[in-house]
Amino acid sequence: MPGVVLAHEVDWEGFRAAARALALGGIPPDSVVWSVRAIDDLFGSEAPPVSGEGAFRLPRALVSLAETVIQASDPQRFALLYGLVWRAFQGDRHLLEQITDPLVDRANRLAQAVRRDTHKMRAFVRFRVVNDGGEARHIAWFEPSHFIVEANASFFVRRFAGMTWSILTPYRSAHWDGAELAFTPGASRGDVPDDDRLAEYWRVYFSAIFNPARLKIGAMTSEMPRKYWKNLPEAAAIPELIAKAASRTEAMEQQTALSAPRPVLRRARAPAALPNSDLARARAEAVQCRRCPLWGPATQTVFGEGPADAAIMLVGEQPGDHEDLAGRAFVGPAGQLLDRALKEAGLDRAALYVTNAVKHFKFAPRGKRRIHVRPETGEIEACRFWLEIERAHVAPAVTIMLGATAGQAVLGRTVAVQKDRGVPLPLASGWGVLTVHPAFLLRLPDQEARAREYELFLRDLTAARTLAEAATRPISPS
Amino acid sequence: MELLDKLAILADAAKYDASCASSATDRRDSLKGGIGSTEGSGICHAYAPDGRCISLLKILLTNACMYDCLYCINRRSSNVQRARFTAQEVVELTLGFYRRNCIEGLFLSSGIIRTPDYTMEQVVEVARSLREDHGFRGYIHLKTIPDADPALMALAGRYADRLSINVELPSQEGLDAFAPEKDLPGIRRSMARLRLRIEEGREKGAPRFAPAGQSTQMIVGADASTDRQILGASTNLYSSYGLKRVYYSAFSPIPHASSALPPRAAPLLREHRLYQADWLLRFYGFAEEEITTGDDDNLALDMDPKLAWALAHRAAFPVDVNTAPRETLLRVPGMGVKSVGRLLVARRHRRLRLDDLARLRLSLPKVSPFVVTADHRPRFVDSPRLATALPRQLSLFA
Ligand code: SF4
Ligand code: SF4
Repeated sequence: MPGVVLAHEVDWEGFRAAARALALGGIPPDSVVWSVRAIDDLFGSEAPPVSGEGAFRLPRALVSLAETVIQASDPQRFALLYGLVWRAFQGDRHLLEQITDPLVDRANRLAQAVRRDTHKMRAFVRFRVVNDGGEARHIAWFEPSHFIVEANASFFVRRFAGMTWSILTPYRSAHWDGAELAFTPGASRGDVPDDDRLAEYWRVYFSAIFNPARLKIGAMTSEMPRKYWKNLPEAAAIPELIAKAASRTEAMEQQTALSAPRPVLRRARAPAALPNSDLARARAEAVQCRRCPLWGPATQTVFGEGPADAAIMLVGEQPGDHEDLAGRAFVGPAGQLLDRALKEAGLDRAALYVTNAVKHFKFAPRGKRRIHVRPETGEIEACRFWLEIERAHVAPAVTIMLGATAGQAVLGRTVAVQKDRGVPLPLASGWGVLTVHPAFLLRLPDQEARAREYELFLRDLTAARTLAEAATRPISPS
Repeated sequence: MELLDKLAILADAAKYDASCASSATDRRDSLKGGIGSTEGSGICHAYAPDGRCISLLKILLTNACMYDCLYCINRRSSNVQRARFTAQEVVELTLGFYRRNCIEGLFLSSGIIRTPDYTMEQVVEVARSLREDHGFRGYIHLKTIPDADPALMALAGRYADRLSINVELPSQEGLDAFAPEKDLPGIRRSMARLRLRIEEGREKGAPRFAPAGQSTQMIVGADASTDRQILGASTNLYSSYGLKRVYYSAFSPIPHASSALPPRAAPLLREHRLYQADWLLRFYGFAEEEITTGDDDNLALDMDPKLAWALAHRAAFPVDVNTAPRETLLRVPGMGVKSVGRLLVARRHRRLRLDDLARLRLSLPKVSPFVVTADHRPRFVDSPRLATALPRQLSLFA
């Protein structure tokens, strides 16, 4: 029966070479005996015992699993891995996807144990600092359950590249001198100096951050099993913390019962000095508006903006996600499209008064997004209160209504956008021009339709501009 | 005051904040200088006997505070002993613990002293010094103060991995009664600004801004808010401000508390159920109304919310594990996101039987009443009887 002797416990190169030779030589798993050289040798790896010719490629997923499993302390791991290699080599495709296959399952369990141990090493290594002729050296003692030190050392290099450190373990020690990683044989606990001064600080921190009213010992030990405690400076505090938890909590509860009630102060929200213009005052008051339920889930009231004597007022539907976050109308994707169209229609946004029919964003939450929901008639009606104040003060010559909601809010009736768009509609004061909402253009999936609709949108905006130019000449409409 | 005493006071003052995560930031190492690294998932370096992970050095810069939040040990009217670190002291403690591999980084917050801007400036200075004077590449989480100067927020976002603002209670009425200086709309406006900046920061070439996003915390059981209100608030906050996490913290007694507060701790089990529900909302495709539609505005304590849903929707079961789509499998009690993923891979290669489910590390007593496999079909048992027959977690201490 062929025997393979690997140079050391994580001799991946040796294993790989041997597995290749065995598989090419047609030697099945149950006729190979795997072992590790009695005298652990970090460097030499024995020549493969059998050789063969031909292509030998392992699936990448299998290589990565095997590199993990080989670190397990289970002496059967080499045979197990060769069993998997053999099956892959025999053409068992998607081998690792057969998660419930007993062999694959065993390998996954070993890999999981190695990963957990690796993680615990990253968590529970504690360095002490010793001064070595003026230079600080960091030394730690750790007892891993698996052969993880070699593969895990690079993590400590990435984290502590600027320090000089050694991690000693019973089977292997890793050393970093600031430039090079080196491994030496195992060491013993006595080789590590005592805790330094900061260990005491760490114990104090650990004790203070513990909340005695929430004692959950099982939750602690499942993540920080007792076997690690002897090498953790903070663990020395645990028994006393547990012993006194109940009495500390009780003492706090007693105090609670004894102390006197405190009069609850109302939040003093100093009213900001009232702005002197009515429009500015409406804007300030709208911040607290509760006229309909839409304020509740939203971030803030998004009031109109622009010169109070603008010749054109632009009314949209309601703020969107971005507008709700920024507190300003038309700053999201629809706002960007609107800006572009305004420019092309020869309109200067800064000269317009831009607002919405409804001042709060109405939405339905969907995970990390909010989906726009159309406001209902009741909400549009409630919010007309603010729109009317804006319209009364700005008294624009032309009001551009973007979409059906804006049309409904301004005209006081339901409108058919496609039917009434682009033509001057007489309003109580000035003219109105109805067109689509820019978000409608964004929702069109088809490029061609979008280009066509964009042209129509431009045409409507241009009509509004012409109307405004005519209206602001001395003769007024109506 | 000795540094050791300050540490004891200012860690004690910070322990009511449940946040501990040190994950989800960009990858960094110290190979080209400085100290520290971050690699995707954070590391819990220790666990306190309360079962909470200790990943960051979680401290307050000072526990003096102008505000008077009733539930808080640091409130103005509390007679707790006060202390204040210098920025330098926090920097040294952070680096000292970091070099010894005790922590992933720093979570710094502070009571509000003088003005919100002054306080924020002190907090930002610690982060600046760590990053710029010491090349610190570890994790930094800063508690931010609502409505602090935007320039300070920009600096905070540049140095920190995560920023947070705690809402503490789900409604303004709750805050009015317990934290009279706190203003929910102001907190939400700050979260909105953070979201916009965090999203800008993700664009190519944009200045760095809190790559690990923002989070918040709600205290459970201090006021009368129901689980429905709390989960409603969470759903709103996740969708509105893209929060990475909402932490729930069962109210626990503090020394010298006001008698307006409940005398005893809120059950930790309630906190646990809220976390489970939060998970169902975020990763299992449940809508908030599905979890809290019962007659009761609170989640059941005696069973997890997914089992409660399944027992109320028996017509949706049993589910055939060999054919059901992912969304359906995620609704089976006892199946997690990971095990469903593994199950979907495994069933490509064989018709799954009960022992396959066991190898997928599923608990058969929990799962089998709800699933059909190649060799198993559950007998119908009415929900009340099934409820008593199922294994359940009634206590967190088991
Ligand atoms: S939508 Fe309008 S009416 Fe409704 S609360 Fe907001 S501002 Fe007031
Ligand atoms: S603001 Fe309120 S919660 Fe924050 S430290 Fe001060 S009293 Fe405590």
